Amino acid sequence: MAFRPLLSRTLGLTQTLTHSHSHTLTQLRGLQTFSLPDLSYDYGALEPAISGEIMQLHHQKHHQAYITNYNKALEQLQDAVAKGDSSSVVKLQSAIKFNGGGHINHSIFWKNLTPVSEGGGEPPHGSLGWAIDTHFGSMEALVQKISAEGAALQGSGWVWLGLDKESKKLVVDTTANQDPLVTKGANLVPLLGIDVWEHAYYLQYKNVRPDYLKNIWKVINWKYASQVYEKECP
Amino acid sequence: MPTNQGSVEQTCFFSCKRNKTQMGSCCYIPSPSSSHLLATDFFSWGFKSSKLPFLQKRRFDRSQRASKICGYYGLRTPPYKLDALEPYMSLKTLEIHWGGHHRNYVEGLNKQLEKNDILYGFTMDELVKVTYNNGNPLPEFNNAAQVWNHDFFWESMQPGGGDMPKLGVLQQIEKDFGSFTNFREKFVEAALTLFGSGWVWLVLKKEERRLAVIKTSNSTCPLVWDDIPIISLDMWEHAYYLDYKNDKGKYVNVFMNHLVSWNVAMARMARAEAFVNLGEPKIPIA
Repeated sequence: MAFRPLLSRTLGLTQTLTHSHSHTLTQLRGLQTFSLPDLSYDYGALEPAISGEIMQLHHQKHHQAYITNYNKALEQLQDAVAKGDSSSVVKLQSAIKFNGGGHINHSIFWKNLTPVSEGGGEPPHGSLGWAIDTHFGSMEALVQKISAEGAALQGSGWVWLGLDKESKKLVVDTTANQDPLVTKGANLVPLLGIDVWEHAYYLQYKNVRPDYLKNIWKVINWKYASQVYEKECP
Repeated sequence: MPTNQGSVEQTCFFSCKRNKTQMGSCCYIPSPSSSHLLATDFFSWGFKSSKLPFLQKRRFDRSQRASKICGYYGLRTPPYKLDALEPYMSLKTLEIHWGGHHRNYVEGLNKQLEKNDILYGFTMDELVKVTYNNGNPLPEFNNAAQVWNHDFFWESMQPGGGDMPKLGVLQQIEKDFGSFTNFREKFVEAALTLFGSGWVWLVLKKEERRLAVIKTSNSTCPLVWDDIPIISLDMWEHAYYLDYKNDKGKYVNVFMNHLVSWNVAMARMARAEAFVNLGEPKIPIA
């Protein structure tokens, strides 16, 4: 964004810049920082399955906070590594896992959703559709399974449809908090993830998580999931 | 209390450590395959007790004509009207948080207990500890702990709360944290650095005999470590999302400034001192 380097020059704040503004500086130090990816649809485009208010808060506040804190933790980690400060390195791991995981998971999530007008909810054809029928019996059975596991998850977390790269099998699994799917298995590739943190649905569905899980299928982007699948199983 | 003395000791696993003020009579009638609970009338209202209006005798003859056990835990109402915490915690939040979430935990717990009579007859405190099973929680733990946690949370707040503690609680806080401000900072920091769903607590640690701020994940409750909770704050998103959306900082500060009930904290500390010796006796050195 154009105003960031302008800001750093005019204010002359070289050391005290907040991390998003020190983008240019840290690039010099070799640290890759992250920024909020744009959605390919409007906030209101997923209504009535997910309200525009939720999409905006979820994207601009929650995801952005994960990114900000991730960048901060990475910078602190870089310092600690440079200084050989092992206890700080280890102490930062949970912040990195949480915020980094949050960034990874949400980035996938935005791609997993698409408006009905762009094909949201349309079941996958091609190899993914066939694989689903083979592994789960039918689309309905898969949807049932994912919804049930998502509803049963205690606390905060995600429910995933993943692919095991090694065995080429599809799996349904859940992760807690912001743990990415790979923490459940090094060979797991996420095809589809549904955020079941309360912030993902509360304003609209209140405590009725099963309704959220029922309605979200209408805006699921199976095209993206198929693409990822076909890349791993050509 | 009609008991079959000889067999009670063998078949009953949990009977002896009852908190005397809270439980009525309970006895076990051994039968060929399993032990059962029979309670004569009991209606107990302890400090944190469950409400068990009656338990019916359950028959276990081989014809499986068992009549259903009707004992259950009840949903306690908060000690104030649901709109009494406005504008800091809205009526809507109370209605959904208490009437939806809390009620679901109670009903879920009762449903689970229908199938498992060995967990019958506990007070809530005991049920939480027993189902925690020393770190390998039983499926009932989540519901039991969340019922307990929410009961405790509603009582940790009051209309016109906030401000500062007085007398003994303040003294103990100043002793263990240096100053009230320092404690408040620590509490807020814990709330804001909690990853995921969970709770923040001011507890009195039994072994160390001092107050501490701790955070727990999901439904975990400091009772399981034998600590004595004094105040709690629900940091699950459902507790604040409708009122504050993602602004956790505002929620926590509002709680500290306007909701937390130091009166209740004083009562709890007073009770806790029956279990923890906070004062060092001054032994003169000759």
